[in-house]
Amino acid sequence: MDPESGMGERVRHIILQHGRLPTDIQALEDHADLYQAGMTSHASVNLMLALEAEFDIEFPDAMLKRSVFQSVASITDALERLQVSAA
Amino acid sequence: MAGLLAATPDQAEFLVELLDHGLLIETGEPGVYGRGGGFERIREAFDRLVSRVAEPDGAEAMRFPPVLPRRHFEASGYLKSFPHLAGTIFSFEGTEQEAIEQEDVAHRHGDWSGYQRMTDLVLVPAACYPVYPAIARRGPLPPGGLAIDAGGAYVFRHEPSADPARLQMFHQREMVRLGEPETVALWRNSWRDRAEEVLTRVGLDAHPEVAADPFFGRAGRMLAANQRAQELKFELLIPIAGPEPTAVASFNYHQDHFAGTYGITMADGSPAHTACLGFGLERITLGLLRSHGLDHTRWPAAVTRQLWP
Repeated sequence: MDPESGMGERVRHIILQHGRLPTDIQALEDHADLYQAGMTSHASVNLMLALEAEFDIEFPDAMLKRSVFQSVASITDALERLQVSAA
Repeated sequence: MAGLLAATPDQAEFLVELLDHGLLIETGEPGVYGRGGGFERIREAFDRLVSRVAEPDGAEAMRFPPVLPRRHFEASGYLKSFPHLAGTIFSFEGTEQEAIEQEDVAHRHGDWSGYQRMTDLVLVPAACYPVYPAIARRGPLPPGGLAIDAGGAYVFRHEPSADPARLQMFHQREMVRLGEPETVALWRNSWRDRAEEVLTRVGLDAHPEVAADPFFGRAGRMLAANQRAQELKFELLIPIAGPEPTAVASFNYHQDHFAGTYGITMADGSPAHTACLGFGLERITLGLLRSHGLDHTRWPAAVTRQLWP
């Protein structure tokens, strides 16, 4: 996968599978609010668990909050802080 | 025994006092007590005080036994959020020979669970749970929605504790509001204020806090953070025993969770929103005993006038 866009695309793919959004994820900007777009609390938990499996990481307790999973950009930020490689 | 929560020294001491005065009655299981006459007089008086305060709401009364059809429970999502707190009813459906074997093992206090099968019932985890499917069965809500008084029902939480304020079976005095989102949110907020006033009237030093349910596991930590961020749950806390104040009432805005689960809609087909409030009647009784003394006949007149007008 292209390392420039890889992380964002992988995140979008997982949101598509687990976010249960009523709208098309590809139509949303990186900073668009996923909760506003219809993601429920339970869906955000499934998304969190799927991201952990996909990137082989564990979010620390301090990151298990609403704002971290609010948008493609905030998720990518969090993954970068956990030093996940996009390659 | 699985996961007994310890008590602080003053919680343990308070429990001994309650047992010595016959207010609670030992059963041998932590968090499961009989209630003495003195305890019940206070609990019932507070329950009636809530009824008087709620009267202007004109809520429809509904009472349910403390069991829930398993199908309704399974649909509710409770096992996703609180698998550790649920209680499921099992029973025996075997042969005469198996009945003899079961009794033999049970008599020796062995593991007789292998002779038991899950029934179609679970213990009610919160007094409002039977209300939603009952309302859904009626069809769309009338304009303005509905207010339901679910009474003071026994509910079960599997969390054995040596703290007398953490019971496995206790009475929750619940009220439910179903309707348009704004109506439901307003009702929830107005009851938070009314409830604080009621607790103050009986001499309890209550303060509200944004709160979260005791969701299970790491996923639960995130659900709790979501719940707090959206201020979906408030609690009123009072000092009982121990270093932290204890939640004695909660005010919960479910958005469309229960309406979506059971199919409760407004007349125009839009999903209803719901909220509930619950007073923990035993905790409030314990708070009153702790604040005013173990003999309610010697409580301040300003308090007894409210409870026994």
